[in-house]
Amino acid sequence: MGKEVIRLDNIRRDFKVGDEIVHALRGVSFTIEEGEFVTIMGTSGSGKSTLLNTLGCLDTPTSGEYYLDGVSVRTMGKNDRAVLRNRKIGFIFQNYNLLAKTTAIENVELPLLYNSSVGSKERRERAVEALKSVGLGDRLLHKSNQMSGGQMQRVAIARALVNNPAVVLADEATGNLDTRTSFEILVLFQRLHAEGRTIIFVTHNPEIAQYSSRNITLRDGQVTGDVHNDNILDAAEALAKLPVQND
Amino acid sequence: MIALKALSNNKLRGFLTMLGIIIGVGSVITMLAIGQGSKKSIQAEISEMGSNMIMIMPGSNRMGGVKMSSDDMQSLKIQDYESILEKAAYVQCVSPLVQSSSQAIYGANNTPTSAYGVNADYLEIRQYKISDGEMFTDQDIKTAAKVCIVGATVVSNLFTNGENPLGKTIRFGSIPFRIIGVLESKGYNSMGMDQDDMIIAPYTTVQKRILAITYIQEIVCSALSEEYTDQAIDEITDILRSNHKLKEDASDDFEIRSQEEMSSMMTSTSDLMTTLLAAVAAISLLVGGIGIMNIMYVSVTERTKEIGLRMSIGARGRDILLQFLIESMLLSITGGLIGVLFGIGAAYVVKFLANYPIAIQAWTVLLSFLVCTATGIFFGWYPAKKAANLDPIEAIRYE
Repeated sequence: MGKEVIRLDNIRRDFKVGDEIVHALRGVSFTIEEGEFVTIMGTSGSGKSTLLNTLGCLDTPTSGEYYLDGVSVRTMGKNDRAVLRNRKIGFIFQNYNLLAKTTAIENVELPLLYNSSVGSKERRERAVEALKSVGLGDRLLHKSNQMSGGQMQRVAIARALVNNPAVVLADEATGNLDTRTSFEILVLFQRLHAEGRTIIFVTHNPEIAQYSSRNITLRDGQVTGDVHNDNILDAAEALAKLPVQND
Repeated sequence: MIALKALSNNKLRGFLTMLGIIIGVGSVITMLAIGQGSKKSIQAEISEMGSNMIMIMPGSNRMGGVKMSSDDMQSLKIQDYESILEKAAYVQCVSPLVQSSSQAIYGANNTPTSAYGVNADYLEIRQYKISDGEMFTDQDIKTAAKVCIVGATVVSNLFTNGENPLGKTIRFGSIPFRIIGVLESKGYNSMGMDQDDMIIAPYTTVQKRILAITYIQEIVCSALSEEYTDQAIDEITDILRSNHKLKEDASDDFEIRSQEEMSSMMTSTSDLMTTLLAAVAAISLLVGGIGIMNIMYVSVTERTKEIGLRMSIGARGRDILLQFLIESMLLSITGGLIGVLFGIGAAYVVKFLANYPIAIQAWTVLLSFLVCTATGIFFGWYPAKKAANLDPIEAIRYE
């Protein structure tokens, strides 16, 4: 198969809460290869968020090794991790996190602003391209408060793609959307998957796992299930079957 | 440009924040302009009086243990004047000065005024000009002629029905004087003295005919130019000491004052005023700075989520620091610029309404501008640092 994008080796993460030590992750190991669409499922308290923070280089494990695209993250400093996030990771959040009163294109340009090797002309071109690829080519100059939830999430996805990351990390990316829009976003994710993107989608919605290529289940800080999905459902089909709403 | 964007999203707040800086910088500039203006006008008037002028007066001295008032001293003689005239190389003009105050009378009109007994050089030293008629001659001095030059105030007080004063004879006290010239008006000096309220006559005339004295009250000279004032003073001191046969350890029995000293004496008050005004204004600048800090704090807290997002997509601590620092600098610089305009405007309003002399100097504008930029950095630093040190995980979950 393809090359290893993510490799977790017995990751542990302890938090000190008062006098007690909380073990959020108790030895998590898995590898994710290029081009996989992985859903990470787990109830709240399962260590899902901590794992996501670790994968996103926002947090470093207490012990264990994490290699992102071949680079060991554990010993990296704050600034190095920021640069790594900038180049290798695309974040998509549940509540979009777009800048208020800011146009779609400016929102998408944001990651490139922190990459001094990208000039302003290239920045704009790449932002336009990314927005076109998520189907918002006609809404480049719309401000974030003039857009629907689905559109905002598309802008967020474009923002996550603009730096051409090694991995796209989505945190409940459909959590704030209605069913129909959720499926639209899922269609988009499946298309990105088909284009060869590596996607990690953290969710507590089991339905979404059916549309991904692999599902990792987390419970009490440990991996309790890791299943490759041989029967990936097509989100576009599901979308077509949804009753049409006339409102 | 991120900073600009953030500010334009909150224009009213930005403006209110800037208001502190605007008022601060504006008042610094206005206050300094007023202070400098009054100082300048004092200096201008002093130099009108002759910036290279040197005055020699009899000094207070002890006579058998009793300290004498300088008015009672008769240490200056006509010989002193002559020696200075002969020997002093750095002195351009020199004139003795004797003065008497009395009533000047012409016909039914009379006015109190002063008669200054001088020589022809006096006009040059004090920078008076004769608008009509002519100055008396050396011959007039020799003969103690009863001729005089009158100031504009005296003319207007005595010749009320517009007569030409030239050739008329007025009485000063009991002595009749024929008017041979009229002085060009100089107006009031900075101490409020009417410089036109005077009569100029040959010093011999005032000495012998009015005062009946042999000594002279004062000697006025002018140095070759302003730079030579100190050399001229040294020279005069040497001449007078040897004339007065003062021993090595004896103190001078005369006093020399240069216009320079006078001007620094007179401007020191206005300097003090300027400093006080500027200090008050600087405090308001400080308050403005604290206003910026306050708003930046609110802004950082308000935009915690945005900071978290920026960090998670790759902004380093210093990117965030810079963003907020630029924002606060932008606030203070814009405020500073508006303040400069506002201050200059206010200074002109003061000039226009109160007819106050103002002088706006480039350095005051530059200084207050630099100070307010520094204020922006100084007061922006702490909130910006706080923003930069946020934990991205917590920041992005902040509601």
